[in-house]
Amino acid sequence: MNKALLYIAIIAFTIVAPFLFPAYNTQLATLWLMIIVALSWDMTGGQMGYNSLGNIFFYGTGMYVAAVVTIGLVYNVGEYTAASGGGIYEWTPTQYYTGLALSLIAAGLFCSLCAIIIGYLTFGLRGPYFAIGTLGVAIAAGELVSNWDWVGGGQGISMPSPPGDFENFKFLIYFLYAATGVALFMFCKWLYSTRFGAAINAIRDDEEKAEAMGIHTLRYKLVAWAMSAFFVGVAGAISAFQLIHFEPLETAYQTINLGIFMVVCVLLGGKGTLWGPVIGAIMFHVFKELTWNYFLGWQWVALGALIVVVVVYFQDGLMGWLATKKPEWFGETIEEKPVEAAQ
Amino acid sequence: MDQILFNLQLLLEYPIVNLKIIIDGVMIGALFALSAYGLALVWGVMNVKNLAQGDFVIAGGYVSWTLAQWGINPLFGVPAAFALMWVLGWVIYKLLITRVIERDLFTSLLATFGLAIMMAQIMNLMFGSDTQSVNLELPTLYFADGLIDIPMAKLIGVCMAAALATAVILFMKKSRMGQAIRATAQDARAARVLGIDTEKVYAFTFSLNAAICGAAGAIIVMVWVIQPFYGITYSVRAFVIVTAAGLGNLPGVIAAGLGIGAAEQYGSHIFGIGYQQAIAVLLLLLVLAYRLSQQKRNRQVLK
Repeated sequence: MNKALLYIAIIAFTIVAPFLFPAYNTQLATLWLMIIVALSWDMTGGQMGYNSLGNIFFYGTGMYVAAVVTIGLVYNVGEYTAASGGGIYEWTPTQYYTGLALSLIAAGLFCSLCAIIIGYLTFGLRGPYFAIGTLGVAIAAGELVSNWDWVGGGQGISMPSPPGDFENFKFLIYFLYAATGVALFMFCKWLYSTRFGAAINAIRDDEEKAEAMGIHTLRYKLVAWAMSAFFVGVAGAISAFQLIHFEPLETAYQTINLGIFMVVCVLLGGKGTLWGPVIGAIMFHVFKELTWNYFLGWQWVALGALIVVVVVYFQDGLMGWLATKKPEWFGETIEEKPVEAAQ
Repeated sequence: MDQILFNLQLLLEYPIVNLKIIIDGVMIGALFALSAYGLALVWGVMNVKNLAQGDFVIAGGYVSWTLAQWGINPLFGVPAAFALMWVLGWVIYKLLITRVIERDLFTSLLATFGLAIMMAQIMNLMFGSDTQSVNLELPTLYFADGLIDIPMAKLIGVCMAAALATAVILFMKKSRMGQAIRATAQDARAARVLGIDTEKVYAFTFSLNAAICGAAGAIIVMVWVIQPFYGITYSVRAFVIVTAAGLGNLPGVIAAGLGIGAAEQYGSHIFGIGYQQAIAVLLLLLVLAYRLSQQKRNRQVLK
């Protein structure tokens, strides 16, 4: 009963928040983006034990898929990028919103497909090799896209500007992120309670034994990564519409920004828990905005220091810390030692 | 596509261009091999995968560059960078690395990634984001009707890299500390039982790694340019080389380093300079895929 109330309160706050704090609309949207990428990173990183440093690949790919779909529905993409804003390219509202809806789905599906292909090639890598291999995929993708003139090369690509009032468009972006985030959270909550969740946890704990128990590990790993990639791809597509103009190395395949932030969010909140990534994303976003405001110039140093400190001293995250301090909150009971017997 | 074909044709028509590319590649590769050897050392001895490797290189370069600004000959920058980076490596070891040795590998990877971000940014704040280099003001040698040009600075740099590598190899083979390092790499527990202070060995190894990287950076600043954010490219290359060669395989590391240098030069000649970074990373993926297919035959995984 209490839990239901909590969820209702959070949903209500989610809906009301942008109207209460219209000045912070973009901040809240970014917060939801962090929550989405953190939750989907945790699907493989925390629950399955495969620490990918390359999930940013799906974010960037989602952005580019969104751009290509939206532009390609109406015009020739190659001509559009060659003109780089020179020609007259107009979108009617119908065309724009069709493109938006289609590109969200297309980005998600395409990223899932990429995850299956890349996963098939890299899932024989374990531990740090998997992390380095996926990081390599993301860096290579960024470099290749920045040399690919058809999608604008290093200059990047511009999305059509949104029809209608820009302030209203900000609300639309916020609610797209929020809806994706809520859907992802519900999906994770359901997924971790199923047999599938148990199977990927078994892979994390001991892959050889899981295989010996008859779990087809490669299939489970591929499906899990594809699902995680779907949501990152959708988030990337929304970002593409939000940012309007983006370029490959610093925005789309931003390996050392968002690519590493999502891992830190999860570690900060607690790996392998449902609420950990959400809480971690909120904590991280607040920390990031505070350092950006008050330590301008030193923000990256502070961020690097945060990563080091979290990884070295606080790797279980907030949820892990709470679980050892207050196990009763997590439904675990500890038998009290009878004091008299000890004496 | 036409451009690629044209470039390939050029290579076939003028074989001497091949020689130039290979010489360039070997020169670059020698420096890659140096930083990769440091990584192999740290990886093999204490199982720490140091993603800040490239930033040590760049930091060493800035040491030499700063000295050059004060009017000191950049050739003296190499030993200076070696010594200063040794101290920095020791401090970093005591503050950070000693706490991640016993932990799982992802921890060390992520912690050093954080370190890399910090170092790159601190250098950016200290020296600005412009590319910097030091001019030795030495003549350039020309061969084969001017088709092959070898600046003296590059030649000196490669000789210094070779001297440093030889010194390190001799040190590892002959000295007492080198023996202790090799013993710890083989079996840390047994080494401890036999009275080797492994903590000291770890600290020494990491400092040595930082110092080698620093010296490599001081050489790089004489022959190419450095920039605070170039570190990651050296880290990626060091990982490619070590993954390809395996740990504790010094001839392999040198061969892989030289090979990667040459492959990259070829790649950027054929596909265009914009692809140079992508080629280095794709090589890493290729190496990983190849090693994986090797392991798959015995139903094993890379871990």
